[in-house]
Amino acid sequence: MDLSAINPILLVASIMVSATPILLAALGEMVVEKSGVLNLGVEGMMITGAVVGFVVAVASGLPVLGFVAGALAAAVLSLSFGVLTQYLLSNQVATGLGLTMVGLGLSALIGKPYEGVKAPTLPKLDLGPLSDLPVVGRMLFSHDVMVYLSLLLVVAVWAFLKFTRAGLILRAVGESHDSAHALGYKVVRVRMAAIFFGGACAGLGGAYLSLVRVPQWTEGLTAGAGWIALAIVVFASWRAGRVLVGAYLFGGITVLQLNLQAAGAQVPVALLSMSPYLITILVLVLISARGVHGAPASLGRSFHASH
Amino acid sequence: MIRLEKRPTPSRLWTAVTPVFAVLATMLVGGALFGFLGADPFEAIRTIFWDPLFHPQFAAYSRPQLLVKAGPLILIAIGLSIGFRAGIWNIGAEGQYIMGAVVGAAAGLALYPSDSVLVFPLMILAGALGGWAWAMIPAVLKTRFGTNEILVSLMLVYVAQTILASVSSGLLRNPEGMGFPGSRNFKQWDAAHNAEIIAGTGMHWGVAAALIAVIAAYVLMARHIQGFNIRLTGEAPRAARFAGVSPTRIVVLCLGISGALAGLAGLFEVTGPAGQITIDFNSNYGFTAIIVAFLGRLHPIGILLAGLLMALTYIGGELAQLMLGVPGASIQLFQGMLLFFLLATDVFTNYRVRIGAKGVA
Repeated sequence: MDLSAINPILLVASIMVSATPILLAALGEMVVEKSGVLNLGVEGMMITGAVVGFVVAVASGLPVLGFVAGALAAAVLSLSFGVLTQYLLSNQVATGLGLTMVGLGLSALIGKPYEGVKAPTLPKLDLGPLSDLPVVGRMLFSHDVMVYLSLLLVVAVWAFLKFTRAGLILRAVGESHDSAHALGYKVVRVRMAAIFFGGACAGLGGAYLSLVRVPQWTEGLTAGAGWIALAIVVFASWRAGRVLVGAYLFGGITVLQLNLQAAGAQVPVALLSMSPYLITILVLVLISARGVHGAPASLGRSFHASH
Repeated sequence: MIRLEKRPTPSRLWTAVTPVFAVLATMLVGGALFGFLGADPFEAIRTIFWDPLFHPQFAAYSRPQLLVKAGPLILIAIGLSIGFRAGIWNIGAEGQYIMGAVVGAAAGLALYPSDSVLVFPLMILAGALGGWAWAMIPAVLKTRFGTNEILVSLMLVYVAQTILASVSSGLLRNPEGMGFPGSRNFKQWDAAHNAEIIAGTGMHWGVAAALIAVIAAYVLMARHIQGFNIRLTGEAPRAARFAGVSPTRIVVLCLGISGALAGLAGLFEVTGPAGQITIDFNSNYGFTAIIVAFLGRLHPIGILLAGLLMALTYIGGELAQLMLGVPGASIQLFQGMLLFFLLATDVFTNYRVRIGAKGVA
């Protein structure tokens, strides 16, 4: 094995790129779960965002438009989950799985003519003197705008949940929907808004996969990224800062195992490619063994105002 | 004003009627979708739901396929439904199905080229064990550490897929296969071939196992104390604990049953219709079985019917792809929509719809 083949500067830079899609999706899902809704359809929303973003970016030649369209498409799709679980009171686990299946089918259908097409990708942001810094510049300050936007979003979500009245209401709805209802808050409306936001974030993450990370369209492109985002929310104990840590850790593992494969490490390739999933399981076990979950108390429960 | 009023118990009439509504709604919306894709909606629906059974030219081929495809779906869905009844969400059946096939095939291939009658039963046992062991990972993690079984079982699907890819081009590769990936073909080895029991019907041992599983699950859930404990755990976990039902045992039991059945389905698939271990023999039955379980209302008889219906959409989808040029992925969307509509109409099972002003609460 030749470890010197791994360039630390490129490694850090690619970790940031590979962590961004799951960071976006996990952040959205965290807000959804904070409102007491368990949406297992992240994978379906992500891949819908990926395909719609790709198609729009190819058609218009504008990657930014692709991101907007991807986020919108996934958010609209997530509303179907919202209507089913919030108004028709269906089981959230089953509906989330259904959403994933619909998303996977829909995306394969839409994306079929676009396989092998090249998309316009996001230009790297020029941060002037910062980008010109010797090592740090290439590591941290020469990415596209979405990387920094995702980091900003972490701060925004954290501040929203911690300092704003609306964030407090959202958390109240998630902890005890009956009490929130008794106080006069519109439980269903708050949750629909959260679901919409979660869908938009997942769509952004998906579009980032198909437009920057990969960047092309293949069927089943997300390959479990949505599920990993769900695991990261648990890992993060529903805190924005830790979602960031989790996403970057996971992005780091993914990139590192690819680098080790390329460097010809004396480990079976199969073991390396399954390592991100195994490590996710390991982390889940460590988190749950500690016993403190911090899960919103109403997570996954349907709200019906009649009782 | 429209409002919902919770029924004291779920309506039996609606429980039976909602799947029919869901299928009709899927046909309507699906037909519109096909129309949008440039195919004649009526012809598309007829191709999917009618032609596989009654087309003068294709039916002879596709009718046996109905049982071939329904077998694994029913077998897996029966196992899943038992867990779902207890509120245990094993959604990694795809992984257990793959591991059952891999372990079962490996056990058989170790004995190649024996022609003992014991080879196939041994492979069946190994297949069930493989699926069971794979399902025990989330079970043990859940009971020992309280880890979420949804995420663990799903992550293990990706791990199983990596293992499948690795063994089909490594450990289990056919030594006489000119270096192509894929194991020996079980169809050419009589002792391990899951042949049709009645030729030309598609009825292989996996279908027989599925029918036995339907009956066994019915007896378990309706007549046996463990079935009662499982349902009690799902509907009232606290009451179940007070009644002395051990949650640990229920988790191990439910995940064990669903893993073993999924493993069996994998083994029967790989020794029969698929014929060999290849990187993509699995065709996603483990995920589709989740829809089958819900469509069948988590009831064994319902799952039997739902499995047949879902198999029909698979075959009809292939037929529509062939004859009308409809993309293959549209059938996946079709199946997802079916689950969505079913969940949407389910509200009538558990709630009464009242129109008018609210009464005094």
